[in-house]
Amino acid sequence: MRRGPADRTYFALLAACALVVPLLLGAVVAYAVHGASPLLADGGAASLVGSTWSPSRGLYGALPAIAGTLVTSLLALLIAAPLGLGVAITVAELAPPGTRGPLGALVDLLAAIPSVVFGLWGVLVLVPWLRDPVMPFLRDTLGLGALPFFRGVAYGPSVLAAALVLAIMVLPYVAAVSREVIATVPVPMREAALAVGATRWEMLRDVVLPAARTGLVGGLLLGLGRALGETMAVTMVIGNRHALSASLFSPGYTLASVIANEFGEARDERHLAALLSLALVLLAVTLVVNAAARLLVRRAVAA
Amino acid sequence: MSTSVLAGTPDAPRARSAALAPRLRWRIVRSALVLGAAVMGTGLALLPLLSILAHLAVTGWAAVGTALVTDVPQPIGVEGGGLGNGIAGSLLLVGLAALACVPVGVGAGLWVHEHRGTRAASALTFLADVLNGVPSIVIGITAWALLVRTTGRFSALAGAAALAMVAIPLVLRATSDVLAQVPRTLWEAGLALGYPRWRAGLTVVLATARTGVATGVLVALARIAGETAPLLFTAFGSLYWALDPRGPVAALPLQVYNMALSPFDAWRALAAAGALLLVVGVAGASVAARRALARLEGRA
Repeated sequence: MRRGPADRTYFALLAACALVVPLLLGAVVAYAVHGASPLLADGGAASLVGSTWSPSRGLYGALPAIAGTLVTSLLALLIAAPLGLGVAITVAELAPPGTRGPLGALVDLLAAIPSVVFGLWGVLVLVPWLRDPVMPFLRDTLGLGALPFFRGVAYGPSVLAAALVLAIMVLPYVAAVSREVIATVPVPMREAALAVGATRWEMLRDVVLPAARTGLVGGLLLGLGRALGETMAVTMVIGNRHALSASLFSPGYTLASVIANEFGEARDERHLAALLSLALVLLAVTLVVNAAARLLVRRAVAA
Repeated sequence: MSTSVLAGTPDAPRARSAALAPRLRWRIVRSALVLGAAVMGTGLALLPLLSILAHLAVTGWAAVGTALVTDVPQPIGVEGGGLGNGIAGSLLLVGLAALACVPVGVGAGLWVHEHRGTRAASALTFLADVLNGVPSIVIGITAWALLVRTTGRFSALAGAAALAMVAIPLVLRATSDVLAQVPRTLWEAGLALGYPRWRAGLTVVLATARTGVATGVLVALARIAGETAPLLFTAFGSLYWALDPRGPVAALPLQVYNMALSPFDAWRALAAAGALLLVVGVAGASVAARRALARLEGRA
């Protein structure tokens, strides 16, 4: 098609807008790499492998923060996955048509609540509730204190509190994606299963869920990506201590929380570089998880 | 896949009533049990939401009053105080961010629409999704490096830039999704009338979808209005009425964060009131807009 000068301007402007996206992504990655380079260049990444974080002594062992990030996120996903799937099945398959809209709106509301509000609720409601009665109940009444995961003093702010808040926060994402991919399974496949005598649960287990498998895994990864990078709510309830501990009752740290707490006060270049190294680790992990999640969900919804 | 469905199929009609009846009954009971668990799980999942809403309504409501929007936070021991500077600061930040993210996001969404089906368009959508997945604290650091470190001061502009970076992929996705709903024949009709491409794109496609685009923009702006992490090292926060875009400003989510962690009951009550405002104004608007969008797209 012949294009006049106005059309050329139009397409040039749109292309300029479109270019902003890769440029921003490039800027994010470039600055994280650039900022981390002073630390990574001298001493190398090896200085991050350690469990002592003490800027005053020049020690930047990031293992507690890395472990805290992984433990809180995976535990959150472990809790949110079955519940999210339950919500998706309920909203998509079980709820009477009239109640599906309101139920979906409530789940959407959970997804729309700002992170800092979850943090506030965590500080004022969840943490006191965990301190007494939940933690003593788990440790003493149920006798789980025999395991290394439920030992120690019940302060309240803890890895457990962070994992629970994260679970609540990622649940609506898992539920929304699951609902979407479950809805893409063709109705004739369901009808065929019911026609040969399957119960509703057998239809879901043997036909719908296997067909939606790719998308369900994608939804979980999307939730994982959210959980790994979540900052405010976690920072407010995790207790913020650089320590490795097997116990979920003990305070911990995550990569994002360390950055949130220390970045504003980092004066010397090495401390700043250490924090940016944490940001780089966090960025790399979330980029991989998110890219994988998007590819899986896209394939599932397109198929 | 289908073996277990067929496993219960009787070999002979006579066997059915005698041997398979208990098994069939068990299958029906199991189905009811599992699906009942799904419904109970839904209830369990919504319990925290109810707890949050109830807690904010009780503790936050006490601090709601005209002072909440007209006053700034008072020192400990002084009666009253409000979050007026934070509300104004948040409006300033979101307004400035909108100036950047709305034209860029809508333009990029329109670019995706004009090139739909090409490799470039799907690559850009993918990159936008990846950018959307970047932790917002890392976005904050990038904005700090670009606009705070270089200028030597925290500023509302830097905060707004960080928020715009969060919002651009959201606006892009919303725009391109809504434009995909516009019938292609409408666009072709415009071209057939002799419209140049720009006119068909703007006055036919974009104009037809304007309600949906506006709703998508609203959802994105509601989302950034509640963001805290990108503002920590950019807008920084302030205890005063500071609304100069070149200097640090207060923001409602930052105030909620700082006051929630303070040991003073009066500040915690203010934090709860601020959180109540965020839930009602931000999350409420977002959900309402999302529902409207779903109706527009014929999904609900």
